[in-house]
Amino acid sequence: MTTFTPTTPSEVLSTVAWAVAEGSPLEILGHGSKRGIGRPLQTEHTLDLSKLSDVTLYEPAELVLSAKAGTPLAGIEKLLAENGQQLAFEPMDYGPLLGGEPGKGTIGGVLGANLSGPRRLKAGAARDHVLGINVVSGRGEAFKSGGRVVKNVTGYDMSKLMANSWGTLAVFTDVTFKVLPAAETEVTLAIRSLLDDAAAAAMALALGSSAEVSSAAHLPERIAARVASGSLGSEAATLLRVEGFGPSVAYRIAALKTLLGNAGPLEEIGGEVSRLIWRDVRDCRPFADGSEKPVWRISMTPSQSHQMVLTLRMQAAVSAFYDWQGGLVWLRMEQGDPEAALLRGLLRKHGGGHATLVRAAPSHRAALPVFEPQPPALAALSVRLKQEFDPKNIFNPGRMA
Amino acid sequence: MSGLAMPKPDDATMRRRDEIVADMRIIVPGEGVVDAANSMRAFESDGLTAYRQLPLVVVLPQTVAQVSRVLKYCNDRNIRVVPRGSGTSLSGGALPLEDAVLLVMSRFNRILGIDFPNRVVVAQPGVTNLGITTAVEQEGFYYAPDPSSQIACSIGGNVAENSGGVHCLKYGLTANNVLGIEMVLMNGEVVRLGGSHLDAEGYDLLGVMTGSEGLLGVVTEVTVRILKKPETARALLIGFPTSEQGGQCVADIIGAGIIPGGMEMMDRPAIHAAEDFVHAGYPLDVEALLIVELDGPGVEVDHLIGLVEAIAYKNGSTTCRISQSEQERLSFWAGRKAAFPAVGRISPDYYCMDGTIPRKELPRVLAGMRELSEKYGLGVANVFHAGDGNLHPLILYDANVPGELDKAESFGADILRLCVKVGGVLTGEHGVGVEKRDLMPEMFTQIDLDQQMRVKCAFDPNHLLNPGKVFPQLRRCAELGRMHVHRGQVAFPDIPRF
Repeated sequence: MTTFTPTTPSEVLSTVAWAVAEGSPLEILGHGSKRGIGRPLQTEHTLDLSKLSDVTLYEPAELVLSAKAGTPLAGIEKLLAENGQQLAFEPMDYGPLLGGEPGKGTIGGVLGANLSGPRRLKAGAARDHVLGINVVSGRGEAFKSGGRVVKNVTGYDMSKLMANSWGTLAVFTDVTFKVLPAAETEVTLAIRSLLDDAAAAAMALALGSSAEVSSAAHLPERIAARVASGSLGSEAATLLRVEGFGPSVAYRIAALKTLLGNAGPLEEIGGEVSRLIWRDVRDCRPFADGSEKPVWRISMTPSQSHQMVLTLRMQAAVSAFYDWQGGLVWLRMEQGDPEAALLRGLLRKHGGGHATLVRAAPSHRAALPVFEPQPPALAALSVRLKQEFDPKNIFNPGRMA
Repeated sequence: MSGLAMPKPDDATMRRRDEIVADMRIIVPGEGVVDAANSMRAFESDGLTAYRQLPLVVVLPQTVAQVSRVLKYCNDRNIRVVPRGSGTSLSGGALPLEDAVLLVMSRFNRILGIDFPNRVVVAQPGVTNLGITTAVEQEGFYYAPDPSSQIACSIGGNVAENSGGVHCLKYGLTANNVLGIEMVLMNGEVVRLGGSHLDAEGYDLLGVMTGSEGLLGVVTEVTVRILKKPETARALLIGFPTSEQGGQCVADIIGAGIIPGGMEMMDRPAIHAAEDFVHAGYPLDVEALLIVELDGPGVEVDHLIGLVEAIAYKNGSTTCRISQSEQERLSFWAGRKAAFPAVGRISPDYYCMDGTIPRKELPRVLAGMRELSEKYGLGVANVFHAGDGNLHPLILYDANVPGELDKAESFGADILRLCVKVGGVLTGEHGVGVEKRDLMPEMFTQIDLDQQMRVKCAFDPNHLLNPGKVFPQLRRCAELGRMHVHRGQVAFPDIPRF
């Protein structure tokens, strides 16, 4: 068991070249904050990228930042905040949910897991903001794709191919992201006491208006109490976030209040409490209970999700809450059984999508497909891509299987 | 054709043309197969009209099953296929090959679903970009990416090219607005990627397909995100004595945290050509003209117009008009939107380039272009998407003067080399196609290009789909598949330690 800790891209290249020549698989690791996601790995060696760490380019006026793959996300976010900027896709922190510390994770991990947050609805995910990458493939070849400019259609977008590949296609050495101005003001409008179906209707109405709602979540009764240190109380809360320049935010919040006046009791939440609520929704804090109870992350058609959850409740005890207007469902299985076949069957009946078992005991993760199984033609295509880039199955073998 | 080498036609395919045409008629009955030379003439070129070639046969399928059967038939018999949408590509992406079936998707022209609660539209690939907006605008919705050919260009073609447009600075490119596709692989397999949910279930193949220029698969259905139209939009028309000041103004607007709906710049030759053509009221005594459009609720737009006006003044603007009516806003845009035909009036031909640069390099690149203009003895007018650094230099030439097309192409290539040199790229939104194919090594090493070809090999191992585009040199997948042994060593004797 050897842990390689390269400090330069060329050291990454020579480590991978060695592993390829030896046919010796590597676990690709940053801070390990998402290590518990995917099928458990049994590699002899580990490639630890946490010492490959540096912001190599940051030009606020050009809205671009490049960093070595192992650069801590927290440091990048701090640097951006000092300049009134942010990663607009608001990458989530899996640490608390998976029983780790908050504030860990590297920029390479952000791309490898295609992270996003409540602003996904309006601003996209890591895939939508990555501009370029330097990587080392499982053939021991260092290559680049993309660049540092936003408008670029020169060749295939390999950066997107590598997003969400969970370290199974290539090792990132450098990544370049588009950065954006942080909003001057944020206000959250909460509609209280709605049941899931009424919340779905209210969120659809809000998102279909010109109020430019940047995030829409529904926390059912009892879940609501588990964000922002309980400051929401326990009544169900349907949350709409509006961001931008002060006068515009005030106008749009007023427009939403008029639009949703009949939906239920309304509350306006600003400042630090609003930020804490969305951080906790982003990081799935309501289920960060220190347990190993299975937690699913389900991406699906927004209007269908509450119906699927209702049907599921007839057969299993679950806790659920919704982000992305209902397009993201966080689901905790209260009896300890992941019920993968039941859940995925229901998902197919409700418009399709994908369900990822983001938290489960290693025995469950070893026995079940953690990532959504693909239809045969698509699965075969993914296998062919894996063979092109990592023919000897050196990188995180089996993690996405 | 101006020194462009295309793959050598396959003799066996050429000999079997009659048989192939007959088989295509069985797969696609009715009016869907065109083989007479005079009828195929309409398909011999796309928006890059300098290049023309009649295809082997034109096939216009109407169903996914027909697309699948055509591709499988061709795959089994080693016949090349060139997919085509509306044929508006500016880089020759849909240029036919003499021995290839031209697969035209224009009969896939129906909208299949409109879902307002989830804000998605499902369309067949031949629906025009504007057709999607037309279908939902009565309820106040629209599809955001707006390439200037949006009246004609197809949504399938937009996926193939990852099309942008004036508004992509704020609203993103095609890749950021497409949620799902159905596509057919060269072997005839039908695959669905994404849907009305967000993000990929495994590798982001939708992201790879978007901008793949018809080399990986044929898109048969597209699901897009629609947005509610902003309440209002107003524009500022700002003139500067130098392009440096205009460029700094752009940087300062973004530095102030403002992302305008559109931000366009024109240089002196472009301003004059446009003004002579449409009489938009552009100032003629400035070197750079900036159009900044702000959209959103009225209070937000008014607030931001005040900020932008102050930034412009600080940067030495000599004129600044603010649109007071929708009519006036449209008049600001009239000159910019007519820039290409306006340049067409002052020059028999023009050649449109598409590089992107880091914005701060604008003065350097404009100076470089002036030098090149003198060197080649050809004029150049510049319009560009200033917010994202995407340049569209229009090189003025006369195709009837022997040698001028070649000179214009060399000039264009030098401009793109300059873009790459300052940290930019060869193409921002028009695609590589055949046009910039041979310039790819300016930006990528052979190892970089090999990786892109590996993607191609996973989708189309026999290189049958749209060959001769994007890659300067095709390498056989079997050859790429070999593991290269480093400096003759079979294995590294020592574990590297750091």
